[in-house]
Amino acid sequence: MNQTATNDVDVLAGDYYTRHFAAGPNDDTLILNMGPQHPSTHGVLRIVLEMDGEYILRAEPVLGYIHRMQEKMGENRAYLQYFPNMGRVDYLHALAWNWAYAGAVERLAGIEVPPRAEYLRVISCEMNRICSHLLWWGAYILDLGAFTPILYAFVDREEIMDLLQIITGSRLTYCYFTFGGVTADATPAFIDGTRAFIKSMRSRLPMFKGLVTDNLILRKRCEEIGVIDLDMARRYGATGPVLRGSGVACDTRRHEPYSCYNEFDFAIPTASTCDAMGRYLVRMDEISESLKILEQALDMLPDGPFVNPKAPRKVKPAAGETYFSVESARGKVGVYVQSDGSTTPYRVKLRAPCFSNLSLFAELSAGTLLADAVSILGSLDLVIPEIDR
Amino acid sequence: MSLVKNICDTASGLYSLLVGLAITGKNFASPQLTIHYPRQEVTNLDTYRGHIELVPLEDNPILSCCVGCGMCAKSCPSGCITVESKELPKPPAIEPLASAEPGAKPAKAKRTVGSFILNYSLCSLCGQCVRSCPSDGLRFSTNVYFAARTRAEMTIDLVERFNRQAAGKKGA
Repeated sequence: MNQTATNDVDVLAGDYYTRHFAAGPNDDTLILNMGPQHPSTHGVLRIVLEMDGEYILRAEPVLGYIHRMQEKMGENRAYLQYFPNMGRVDYLHALAWNWAYAGAVERLAGIEVPPRAEYLRVISCEMNRICSHLLWWGAYILDLGAFTPILYAFVDREEIMDLLQIITGSRLTYCYFTFGGVTADATPAFIDGTRAFIKSMRSRLPMFKGLVTDNLILRKRCEEIGVIDLDMARRYGATGPVLRGSGVACDTRRHEPYSCYNEFDFAIPTASTCDAMGRYLVRMDEISESLKILEQALDMLPDGPFVNPKAPRKVKPAAGETYFSVESARGKVGVYVQSDGSTTPYRVKLRAPCFSNLSLFAELSAGTLLADAVSILGSLDLVIPEIDR
Repeated sequence: MSLVKNICDTASGLYSLLVGLAITGKNFASPQLTIHYPRQEVTNLDTYRGHIELVPLEDNPILSCCVGCGMCAKSCPSGCITVESKELPKPPAIEPLASAEPGAKPAKAKRTVGSFILNYSLCSLCGQCVRSCPSDGLRFSTNVYFAARTRAEMTIDLVERFNRQAAGKKGA
């Protein structure tokens, strides 16, 4: 029975998405799968393209290849046990997700965070942001065909990971936050190392500019490519550098200041060109703004406990719901937690910025060259595990 | 006008390539930053998390602090810890029959860990077990180069280290 069913399927016709897509308007067009193993999709994102020669007529992202039921997993474990998952939703900016979840549950259960812990959160989260932007920078240039910049980026990224390793114990999938603070205090080695890193990173940024940003080939690949106007960015709910690259100075750290972000003096970089180059420049400027925040946070780091000693070991919030959002390297990360009064959440909803940012792609890439679509895709800074969750 | 602009753009573009080449050349001559692992090793592994291990007692390093309460197993998100407790063998008894009398010794016998099996293939090194331990009996090891060929090798008996030490002490 099963065998006949298998025989009935026309293998050459492709799967649901391909067949659905095949009903194109034109016999001359070609259906092309970009991914799920394409190097420029940074993971398992598949994009079905309808091509006319080198030009894209239609594009449709197919998601779900790395769906791990992160939201459902929140419902079958204790509040504290969900933390390791947060490091794996967006593995490049794990601490933003750590923070969003910790913040949501702290708000729900009314757990206070001591000031030193808030500052340590800011310091570690901003370092993680720089780390994420550096990897994006290297990988984006790699997508565009230049190999060496990623190695330059990794020199600095390695330094950040060495520093974060001192306090968090890991190098990528951090599980550093806990309810009411962080799990380990900053050591003098970490603080001195971070100060030295701020200095060295500042001296490296002009080198990055000379090596890549001013480079003629990069500019030809980025300028006037993938223009997202304000209306389009708003329609798709784009956040983060994608929205700021379209000229809106919108940043959760400034507009819904959580923790102690209102105490720092930092600018929100924007670009008015709305193209891939604009988004590129926004991210490069964000690195120097994060360095500014880091410097201030280290100077203002108060003494005291790094975790609230009164924080309950077993979190059991009263029935209710809450939402907490933070700014990650890719945009607005939100965690919605609903409690029914038991020791496990009733519902956890994760708002991933990359999902909205990717939704832009279908409209944005219509009519562009395939090579430009790769540049557009890279400029959105996608992390696929975050999209699929 | 547009011709002049074109020439200017081309010249500045070519100059940008030269700047990039100069940076590449400068970095080419700078010392090597990578560490060639089997021949060299990194030194900053003090806080880096290897698999968990039991903390020995300060005054008696062949015994662990662990009392086998099982809090770590309960707090583990992936359920990779199996722990059993056992009664601590009593110190050489002066009155061998004292404990046999019912109700004579209401004080509980001291407990210690009987077996502590870690299924490292499931562990995500989050540290919930280390933080939940009431007797501070767990810590991360510095065994970060741990590798295994089979899944069975990833199942680690954490008490074995103490047994080995005890056997070594007896042998010596």
